[in-house]
Amino acid sequence: MPFPKFRLEKTGAPMWFRGLIPVITLVLTFILTSGLIIWGKANPFEAYYYFLIDPLAGRVSFLEVLVKSTPLILTGIAVTVAFVAGYYNIGAEGQLYAGALAAAWLGTVLEGVSTPVAILVMVSGGFIAGMIWALIPALLRVYLNVDEVVTTLLTNSIILFIISAILNGPWRDPQSGWPQSPEIAEAARLPQLAERSRLHFGFVIALVAVAVIWFILTRTGFGLKLRAVGLGKEGARFAGIQVKRTMLLAALISGGLAGIAGYVEVAGIQYHLIGELSPGYGYTGIIIATMGGLNALAVAASGLFFGLVETGAQTVSRALGVPVYLGEITQATMLLVILGMFLLQRYRIRRV
Amino acid sequence: MVVAMFIATLTAATLRVATPILLAAIGETFSERAGVLNLGIEGIMFLGAFVGFYTADVSGSLWVGLLAAIMSGILLGLLMAFFTVTLGVNQHVSGLGITLLASGLALYAFRLNYGGSATPPSIPPFEQLTLLENIPVLGTILNQYMLTYIGFLLVVPISWWVMYRTSFGLKIRAVGENPEAADAAGINVFRIRYIAIAAGGGLMAMGGAFLSLSQLGAFTHGIIAGRGWVAIALVIFGNWNPSKVMLGSLIFGGTYALQLRLQAMGLQLPIPYETFLALPYIVTIIALVIAGRQASYPAALLKPYRRE
Repeated sequence: MPFPKFRLEKTGAPMWFRGLIPVITLVLTFILTSGLIIWGKANPFEAYYYFLIDPLAGRVSFLEVLVKSTPLILTGIAVTVAFVAGYYNIGAEGQLYAGALAAAWLGTVLEGVSTPVAILVMVSGGFIAGMIWALIPALLRVYLNVDEVVTTLLTNSIILFIISAILNGPWRDPQSGWPQSPEIAEAARLPQLAERSRLHFGFVIALVAVAVIWFILTRTGFGLKLRAVGLGKEGARFAGIQVKRTMLLAALISGGLAGIAGYVEVAGIQYHLIGELSPGYGYTGIIIATMGGLNALAVAASGLFFGLVETGAQTVSRALGVPVYLGEITQATMLLVILGMFLLQRYRIRRV
Repeated sequence: MVVAMFIATLTAATLRVATPILLAAIGETFSERAGVLNLGIEGIMFLGAFVGFYTADVSGSLWVGLLAAIMSGILLGLLMAFFTVTLGVNQHVSGLGITLLASGLALYAFRLNYGGSATPPSIPPFEQLTLLENIPVLGTILNQYMLTYIGFLLVVPISWWVMYRTSFGLKIRAVGENPEAADAAGINVFRIRYIAIAAGGGLMAMGGAFLSLSQLGAFTHGIIAGRGWVAIALVIFGNWNPSKVMLGSLIFGGTYALQLRLQAMGLQLPIPYETFLALPYIVTIIALVIAGRQASYPAALLKPYRRE
């Protein structure tokens, strides 16, 4: 009797299975991470309660989830635009810092203007700065065919040195000697949205960005071009699309959106630029974009979920003494599980 | 004599700085030659640095630590292979996922075992070998760690030999260029890719462990600091050839060592010292632009293979 062979066959998954995907992902992630939680001398069920449920139960912690998700939604949507067009922008982290740098500077010169004007100027400033930092890798990719993955990763390292040079040089706090920029003006700060909470107008900006990108990607000819280029450059060229120009634009818009993420963190939370502004929001954005299947609305949802994970990781850490890095591990595990799920959604194992 | 000594210390530092990046880049070369871009490199180096440090601390043996680090790299390589070869999912995203997972694991375990103490724990690191130390200039250059010798004198020549002079190397290149044809010729594409990625992971972790076990004798959050990404650039610069990758690592190491020397000399320069720190990265990008024009990527890189 011949050995039975199996193969993956391309099919659509049944509807009931699609609905179950988030549930299966959560259960698998829980099982895979519970060993680590036990190692950290905590009960996994209790830990997951503090992780995913407790932050949603109180008003303050719930708003904190929105605070944490604000930059994540922005970097997630930034990565989405690039990935849709087949441009692998791994540089959202660096572009975020470029936007933050611009915001920290604009924030000190915008003394006395009205809040709407300040927001408009600074959103544009953050966007342009992010675009500028995305420009070199994008030009190298489009015109000289230099791999963008590598150059964006390297430029992420470079901008951290630039920030460090500025914070330790011209912007060093003259009183305390701390490497942090001067406080931005009152007018340049993003208005608070709720009392006794850090929730600020940046959250609204993030939602607006999601809506705009959703509209562009699904309802405009430009969005269609982006997706066509992402599906295949040759085919897109054959269909008369200017592939280079489209890719360049995708890369720049992506950089700009990541720059806005840097702006909202400076103008909404820190009020000055510090070297540790982002604990890797740019990289997390790649995971969020992937988990959202490069669909703008789903990316926003996955950004909110990651905001919960970040808040929850701190809650677990405080309540049970489990190291806060459980958050990173959970995010990574969830990503890997869901990557496997995507595959099962599209393929079915068949006996041949 | 002063100039000769300057060049000697510079050369010695170049070799030292280049070692971890060289080991990781050779590991990446194997993976990419087989058709898989492994962006898990940064995390694999990071976890390798931690596992090496922790095991050496607990067992009291640096060599046991090194071995454990290599094992951790092989395991993460197998995980990467499971996602990219068996499941065939996006290589960029799964690689970054592995990096995030490995970094998280290392930091989690570090915090559990050493707490959040302000002074990082340390162990006595590997001693440098002192060969010909009585000969002035040569002695300074040859004053290196064992792993540097292993990297330059064993890993690079053996990798080159395996890649270009053995049937196994031919198989690696075949599954990275044209998996369909390799399959038709009776090569097990999946197995070859698994082996190449796992071996590559072992080398990456060895590079990370060099930093914790030889250079520092400690583990810190910033221990890898983007060296994995530099290694990926060097693989392209070296056109996926171990000997050219070594050349690239020396250029990076040289630029880095030069800025270290300039800083150590304490010159009062009108530009911030970060300029020098950024220089190796800028040089890498420029080298990439120059070399990248003729870069011939493995044809099946990033493409999962499925038997129809």
